[in-house]
Amino acid sequence: MNILIRIYAIFSKELIQLKRDRMMFGMVVVIPLIQLMLFGFAINTNVRHIPVGVVDYSQTGLSRVLIQTISATQVVKFTEQYTTVQQAEAAIASAQIRAVLVIPKDVSQRVVRHRSIGSGSPASSDEETSRPIAQWVVDGSDTMISAAVKSLRNMPLAELLSKPVNRSTPTFEVTLLYNPEQRTAVNVVPGLVAIILTMTMIMFTSAAIVRESERGNLEMLITTPVRPLELMIGKIIPYIFIGALQVVIILGLGKAVFNVPINGSLWQLAAATLLFITASLSLGLVISTIASNQLQAMQMTLFVLLPSILLSGFMFPYEGMPEVAQYIAEALPATHFMRLIRGVVLRDVQIIHMTFDVYWLILFTFAGLTVASLRFKKSLD
Amino acid sequence: MSQYVINASNLSRNFGDLKAIQNLDLKVEKGRIYGFLGPNGCGKTTAIRLLTGLLKPSSGAVQVLGFNLPEEAEKLRLLIGYMTQKFSLYADLTVKENLRFIAKIYCLSRRSQEKRIDELLHTYGLQQQKNQLAGSMSGGQKQRLGLSAAVLHKPELLFLDEPTSAVDPENRRDFWEQLFDLSEQGTSILVSTHYMDEAERCHKLAILENGIKRADGTPEELMQQMGAHVVEVSSLNLRQLKRQLVNLPDVITASQLGARLRVLVKKSIPDPLAFLSSQSGIEIEDTLSLVRPSLEDVFVTCTGAGRQ
Ligand SMILES: Nc1ncnc2c1ncn2[C@@H]1O[C@H](COP(=O)(O)OP(=O)(O)O)[C@@H](O)[C@H]1O
Ligand SMILES: [Mg+2]
Repeated sequence: MNILIRIYAIFSKELIQLKRDRMMFGMVVVIPLIQLMLFGFAINTNVRHIPVGVVDYSQTGLSRVLIQTISATQVVKFTEQYTTVQQAEAAIASAQIRAVLVIPKDVSQRVVRHRSIGSGSPASSDEETSRPIAQWVVDGSDTMISAAVKSLRNMPLAELLSKPVNRSTPTFEVTLLYNPEQRTAVNVVPGLVAIILTMTMIMFTSAAIVRESERGNLEMLITTPVRPLELMIGKIIPYIFIGALQVVIILGLGKAVFNVPINGSLWQLAAATLLFITASLSLGLVISTIASNQLQAMQMTLFVLLPSILLSGFMFPYEGMPEVAQYIAEALPATHFMRLIRGVVLRDVQIIHMTFDVYWLILFTFAGLTVASLRFKKSLD
Repeated sequence: MSQYVINASNLSRNFGDLKAIQNLDLKVEKGRIYGFLGPNGCGKTTAIRLLTGLLKPSSGAVQVLGFNLPEEAEKLRLLIGYMTQKFSLYADLTVKENLRFIAKIYCLSRRSQEKRIDELLHTYGLQQQKNQLAGSMSGGQKQRLGLSAAVLHKPELLFLDEPTSAVDPENRRDFWEQLFDLSEQGTSILVSTHYMDEAERCHKLAILENGIKRADGTPEELMQQMGAHVVEVSSLNLRQLKRQLVNLPDVITASQLGARLRVLVKKSIPDPLAFLSSQSGIEIEDTLSLVRPSLEDVFVTCTGAGRQ
């Protein structure tokens, strides 16, 4: 009973302080807004309108039609013309363009003999048909850009000669579930929930406790009957609500602005979020027992935040990471929550069916709480 | 339980190589105001932290209210109050919110909470400020709030660490009145200070220097047992006379008070007036008189503060 009264005392005190802390209140709302806009609009893996140049050695009607056909895909945008390949490569080096299309003098013959469109007359040898129509020279340093240009390799060219498309049957048929239009925001917005909660939850809790010792309140607190665990629980409860508020902001705006659907049930979403918030809060508590001031707490938060952004599957698929990185990723709560929330929001999964991630978050929370209350000593030593 | 609320023996505490407290023996009687007198950095705060269980001693034993520290520190919490040297309540909470927080922490029932808080606001003159943010109050008001919070749960033993260092003389006088009221109601108090006049108000005090207790007793005892005679000299050329006298091995110190020089002469000199008159530099027309020692004289004699 007394335990509950003391937890309530800490909790209500924390609420009053939060209410008066305008800066903090602003961060609660502004951080998700800014991040959502930044990541929602800026991160786009469907690359479009890459500025490219052309070196046209043939200067025929056919080459101009070819350029127009490629432009029509919107993947690239022809902005410059060069007379030699050397000039074009210099332009790539100075980043004026990202790639250049080199159209050879004999482009007409090549088109006619090309297997996918050519009628095969005059009959061509195998070697001749295997020759491509033209060449792309690409700035390969950005893999996303080069992949986009590479995707043009197999574009159908039948309309070049106004012939019916002679498309061979693909080896595989691909059906895209959950995000058929392949919009990046659909994947990014739920992931962003994980990133923003990692950032704010760890930062707020670690700072909240460190602030007590920084401002000298701790010396008064530890002479009272408050126990460490009571102090910690009382301090983190308000942040659970703040975390929930942020989730509502992100997913609500995600739906309104980026049209990201919420396919799963809200209960599943709430359960997954609560698991992750408590895990992050307990990590924040551990940090607070190590850091001696708010700056250190902030730095340690960054130390957790960076791998969470890079390795959790938010930016890059988990499957593509080297084994070591995968081990680190498995240790981070964000990775497990990333799977859960994408599962719930996009695929309407029941989190009960993702046992490993659920158990891991629960385990992490208890481990964190135990370490934090063992480390938090009621003395100044 | 013994008659002592605090009973420490051979208490020491080091911070690395620094000996903050060395072999402190301390006995504080119930219902008394006990003072720690000493300059900044002498170990007053460290001693109080050791006695409240906030710091673990490097060696030695402490019993406070019959509990062994630091093992039984938790049991002590309900029985002691501690007002820290630095204001340690919440600056972004109002006076009333701060007191309510403390009341809840000590699990007072809702009704007794409000009653006790009203009582404290009245006793310590904070009614006008009750809805003011604690951080925006004056030094004296903060100090009264600190005291209210420390005594809210009616502790048997109260620790006050330099409670009056940010307070004007008038507020200091009022503050001591309140301490005597608490003492009369049966609260034992341990207070640290670097003001002589405050130390003189204590029932008993200990003089600390560099972590070592140099003397203890009632102010009167300390003044009587002091190892020096106090002589006041009126003379024309005081600055030069002072420089001359302090070089004598039997003179502990000399300090100027307006037109007089206050000279501490070692007890081993049987007739200090004759001893001083015989010194060159003292003229016939100069007057010498033996005066009653003050606590400052005791302090200077014990600590050797004047011997540079
Ligand atoms: N946590 C600590 N770590 C290291 N040194 C300390 C610590 N606390 C106090 N000290 C040192 O111990 C000595 C006594 O300090 P303190 O008890 O605060 O003195 P006072 O309260 O009388 O001014 C000082 O020299 C101080 O620098
Ligand atoms: Mg001090």
